[in-house]
Amino acid sequence: MTIKLGVPSKGRLMEKTFDWFGARGIALARTGSDREYAGKVEGVDNVELVLLSAGEIPRELAAGRIHLGVTGIDLVREKLGLWDQQVEVMAELGFGRADLIIAVPACWVDVDVLDDLDAAAAAFRAEHGFRLRIATKYHRLVREFLRENGVADYQLVDSQGATEGTIKNMTAEAVADITSTGETLRANHLKILSDGMILRSQATLFRARRAPLEGQDRETLDALLDTLGL
Amino acid sequence: MPNKALVRSRAAELRARFEKAGAAVAETSLLQPADVLLDLYGEDIRARAYVTSDSLLGEQMLRPDFTVPVVRMHMEHGAEPARYTYAGEVFRRQEADARRANEYTQVGYEVFDGQDPAAADAEVFALIQDTLSGLRLRAATGDIGLLLAAVRGLDTTEARKAALTRHIWRPRRFRALIERFAGRTTEPPHRAALLADGDPLQSGVPFIGLRTPDEVRARIARLREDAAEPPLSTVQVDLIDAILNVRETLPFALERLRDIAVDMPAITEAVFCLRDRIEALDKRGVDVNAIQFEGSYGRTNMEYYDGFVFGFYADHADLPPVATGGRYDALTRVLGQDSGIPAVGAVIRPDVMLKLEGQL
Repeated sequence: MTIKLGVPSKGRLMEKTFDWFGARGIALARTGSDREYAGKVEGVDNVELVLLSAGEIPRELAAGRIHLGVTGIDLVREKLGLWDQQVEVMAELGFGRADLIIAVPACWVDVDVLDDLDAAAAAFRAEHGFRLRIATKYHRLVREFLRENGVADYQLVDSQGATEGTIKNMTAEAVADITSTGETLRANHLKILSDGMILRSQATLFRARRAPLEGQDRETLDALLDTLGL
Repeated sequence: MPNKALVRSRAAELRARFEKAGAAVAETSLLQPADVLLDLYGEDIRARAYVTSDSLLGEQMLRPDFTVPVVRMHMEHGAEPARYTYAGEVFRRQEADARRANEYTQVGYEVFDGQDPAAADAEVFALIQDTLSGLRLRAATGDIGLLLAAVRGLDTTEARKAALTRHIWRPRRFRALIERFAGRTTEPPHRAALLADGDPLQSGVPFIGLRTPDEVRARIARLREDAAEPPLSTVQVDLIDAILNVRETLPFALERLRDIAVDMPAITEAVFCLRDRIEALDKRGVDVNAIQFEGSYGRTNMEYYDGFVFGFYADHADLPPVATGGRYDALTRVLGQDSGIPAVGAVIRPDVMLKLEGQL
């Protein structure tokens, strides 16, 4: 029996996650060739490293196929219904910070808050005959946010990348996307709505509530969390 | 008998009963075109309905209700007056509460008859009440038409009335708009700066996207007009609140609304409609003294009801309403027809009936 720890499989998110665990006495490392997704854990026994795409970690946690996982709170809340019944937040790791925001063209000088967006959407639908398009890959979070804030007459169009470019390309009128500095938004002549902050996200260590613990798993998990100071 | 079979046989009984009441059986497809439902309900429907797709037909939805397909069918082939009944499954996503069924059976009765709206309202209500008479249920009623009339009668601009009407089914937003039009909220600082700026479009940023400079200018012009408009009077806000706060049995509610109509004559017609409905219900043998009227009832439901609305509830917090219904005169217009076809209907959930009877 082992405790499975899911970690993003590449890039800065993986490196920073390794650093965070390393600073707390758990050495995570990739093994084998650069292209092979295998890893090892030192500092505690019976823990297995599972390298996964950050976007798949929420699903694996929910299914109980991994016991612990590092991913963004944005992905967990987007992908898991009743997320806090499926996973528990163990620690916010202080990196991978990103805000999910709503942005509109900077030239829309009449639109500063959600209230304006709603009014502009009503007029846009009357003028153009279709609902104002908001490009995003965070469908659930954006829809819930807009419903809570009473924005109507919009539609979400799926955009899995280069979302900021959709407005210039006339495939959307507004975007809901992740930003850390706002630089890309500014470069694409977009501005963030004053009250358009949907979610502040960062890399987070989650525990799967439904992952089965067999044999010595509970002791292993306790020892790991203890070493991490959690 | 397994549960599904029990529900199905009860549904068949109910549908037969509605046929006897004069309805023709309507059948609709499980897969419904997504664009029609999205245009009607907006993006929110995606949170409530299952969407599927293929590469040829694009997005389809698993039937989230019968009303829209039945209305579309009637628009294509129907002639008034018409009465329809149907029984079958509807599908609703339940991502916020796993205990709620995501697939359940509805049996419905819909009346398309503009001759005597009060009589049609009473016909549907009485039929449902009679059908459910073996259960101890509480009936709640309301009237979206009253609210729509009250908004139309406000002493303010057409633009403000249109904004309020658009959000009548979103109580929080509606409230925020009332507060703003009444001058009770402070304008965001950005707004004042925008309106003070002689030529706000000369901001140096390039114009991108489909929304044109003219559309931005038009919106600024509307904001300027609105800023010049005097606030909604306290009296008028209080009258809207008074309507929303009515919570009485039908005859007392009528009295209360008559009093309100003295100060707000715009709702007089709608109050007459309520009076006629109460009389029609009474004529059908419904005990109107036992039926509650709530001014704000039905506002958070799906947004096609625009008149009489009602529901039957068990004193059991865990159970959804046993039956719900209402009038939706404008729906045909929203679905693309030139004129509205007056219509009223209701659905019963046989599974909830069976639960209350202890059979499920």
